[in-house]
Amino acid sequence: MAFESFFAQAFMYLTAALLAVLVGKRLGIGAVLGYLVAGALIGPSCLKWVGGESEQITHFAEFGVVMMLFLVGLELQPSHLWSMRKQIFGLGSLQVVGSTLVVAAMAMAFGLDWKAALAIGMILAMSSTAIVIQSLTERNLMRTEAGQNSFAVLLFQDLSVIPIMALLPLLAGKPVAAGHHSDGAVAWMESWPVWTRPLATIGAVVLIVLVARVAVRPFFRAIAQTRQREAFTATSLLLIIAVALLMTKVGLSAALGTFVAGVVLANSEYRHELESDIEPFKGLLLGLFFLGVGTSIDFKHIASHPGTVFGASAGLLLLKGGLLFGLARWRANPSCSALVFASALAAGGEFAFVLIALATGAEVFSAEVEHTLVAVVALTMAATPLLIMASHRFSLSGPPDPKEERESDVRDEGASVIICGFGRYGHAVGRLLHTQGIESTVLDNDPEQVDTLRQLGFPVFYGDAGRPDLLLTAGAARAKVLVIALRDPEISLKIVGVARKHFPHLQIFLRAHSRREAYDYLEAGEERVYRETLDSSLRMGSDVMRMLGMPAYTAQRAAKLYRKADETFVRRMVAHRHNRATFLSVARESQVIFDEVMRADPLQGVDEGWIPPAKGDTKDDLVP
Amino acid sequence: MPKVLVVFAHPAFHRSRVNRALLATAKATAGVTVHDLYETYPDFLIDVRDEQKLLEEHEAVVIQHPFFWYSSPALVKEWLDLVLEYRWAYGEGGDKLRGKILAQAISAGGPEDAYRREGSNFFTVRELLAPYEQTARLCGMGYAEAFAVHGANHIDSAELTGWTQRYGDWLSALRDGSAPLWLAAPH
Repeated sequence: MAFESFFAQAFMYLTAALLAVLVGKRLGIGAVLGYLVAGALIGPSCLKWVGGESEQITHFAEFGVVMMLFLVGLELQPSHLWSMRKQIFGLGSLQVVGSTLVVAAMAMAFGLDWKAALAIGMILAMSSTAIVIQSLTERNLMRTEAGQNSFAVLLFQDLSVIPIMALLPLLAGKPVAAGHHSDGAVAWMESWPVWTRPLATIGAVVLIVLVARVAVRPFFRAIAQTRQREAFTATSLLLIIAVALLMTKVGLSAALGTFVAGVVLANSEYRHELESDIEPFKGLLLGLFFLGVGTSIDFKHIASHPGTVFGASAGLLLLKGGLLFGLARWRANPSCSALVFASALAAGGEFAFVLIALATGAEVFSAEVEHTLVAVVALTMAATPLLIMASHRFSLSGPPDPKEERESDVRDEGASVIICGFGRYGHAVGRLLHTQGIESTVLDNDPEQVDTLRQLGFPVFYGDAGRPDLLLTAGAARAKVLVIALRDPEISLKIVGVARKHFPHLQIFLRAHSRREAYDYLEAGEERVYRETLDSSLRMGSDVMRMLGMPAYTAQRAAKLYRKADETFVRRMVAHRHNRATFLSVARESQVIFDEVMRADPLQGVDEGWIPPAKGDTKDDLVP
Repeated sequence: MPKVLVVFAHPAFHRSRVNRALLATAKATAGVTVHDLYETYPDFLIDVRDEQKLLEEHEAVVIQHPFFWYSSPALVKEWLDLVLEYRWAYGEGGDKLRGKILAQAISAGGPEDAYRREGSNFFTVRELLAPYEQTARLCGMGYAEAFAVHGANHIDSAELTGWTQRYGDWLSALRDGSAPLWLAAPH
């Protein structure tokens, strides 16, 4: 049965979307795969809850991809994009050209003529921006090497769609009118001389950059001053729609245009506002988009040609994936990173649907081939989240390739202090020591952080302090103190274990992120545990009391006493943390503990330290 | 039970050769407890109860410190202000220090003959220490003759050895109740 009304339709999609997210998250397969599966389930070839209109919905939902690229652009500083230019154009062009040729060769091997084979090659060289970026983001892989490379290649693919669209009609068996492919978006430029069209395209991009740079900020400021939240949201949407419209008018990818606009606005003060306004729309539309992709899987065609469809899908994944893996390895990426990169981009993408329709219209290949291609693209797209998940798991679990791992360059500096982790916390510790002429050997396991610090002139070594041999190399046998200022409590505890076992003479100082971690460390028998926010919050508290009129010294003393009481309290709580009943009862007595410590101070309590009682004869007579 | 408590205060201990040597002697003397104020309370957050307990456990209290501006470093003053509480050290019921001996061991930069009417410091050491002597009096304590190292900045190592020996003897005499007193404890 097909639901006719809009509300019923929306009800179906939203229900499916919610269930997809819930089930996808619960099963740990991620929301994207959940959407795709849910789409396939409610689609015309399975439960038939939604019918033929799914194509329109996918079309509409593609706007979610446009928004996503705007958001991706917002998070990308122009300088960072500039530094990625080699990856975008080098890696990107190699991937597109390489994949096209490999896939085309394969198609020719199966008896297609060279024109159809080339078209198929170009179509399948594209990958899915939406699925890849969303899946990588879900698994926190966007900032990794694999994520950055994938993103660079996807950007180049977006760029290369334009020449591919121009090329496809030329491969046609019969000549077609130019502009046939799109819904007339570029038709208005038909009458122009050919040489003006690239100019119009470039002009449009320049226009976006200029407007975004010059006009958008004052405009947003004016809107923001109205203090109408919805006006700002409307403006944000208007901006994206305007850019998308302009780009489609000149025949460029709308996603690319909004991406450029996003990058230009990445430095503006409205960045976060824009992000939070667009984010929910993007999320919903992307979900819808993935559902749409799911519904477009034609199970009937797959069932009737299982060998061809599955064979071609597997062939595509292996060929394109193999090429991508080779490219990444050639660029000296470690094999685990290359694997994630390859599995992310091996599948087909949403651009393929557009290109397939275009090629079929131009009669580049038969309807039979078209159905198979659509099925292959949809299937491989649906497999992408699974592939990313599997390769990520594999690269995490697999034995680290000793050759691939960045070589640790730790040296014994002869220092009596070893600092693990030189982020904002360890950094302050190290610099304080340095001002007193105490040098430390500094280790950090974040290669990027190490490079940055080195450029700033800090002698930081790359290395995982959880390895006993590395600690030894760093001079642990001679050092007196080990400062562990890492963010990750698990790694910290691992280092503590190694140090306790192999270098029991080391005095360990631990940074604790929160009270819970402090408990963990105290329970592990560590004494020198420093909660990173305690001192700062107490300083603020004492400043607040001063602002309210408390004398400065009294306020400061109260904060110091509070800290003393709190440290006493935490140490007393450790023993009870695993017994909820006693933990709560001791916690309820916390006031007693605080009183005990704080009231003992002459300034806080009933005792008079500086000032004896004023009553009667005592004070004047007895105060010396 | 240890008899003598040395309450030591020097904000730049590592720079004071004389005080380092004297403190080592104190630590090596039988029946002497050394309590380093700046080491225990770098944030000036003195734990009054701990301090009072420590005082109650000893018969004689020596405050060892450099003679900064004819007086003590700031933390000693804070310590006196807070620890010698009303109702504990003095005032109604304040008799916890009664009968004990207070004494001072100071290191002074000036030579001994500077501390007299003809000298540059005009007052004698005992006159300058009057607030401490009166503190002892108010708390019902005796006040021993001060142990003063003069010309602390110009002492050679042979002289320093002499000073440390005399300091050890002085502390032992305090412990044994045979040190000369400026003010006897009331009976």
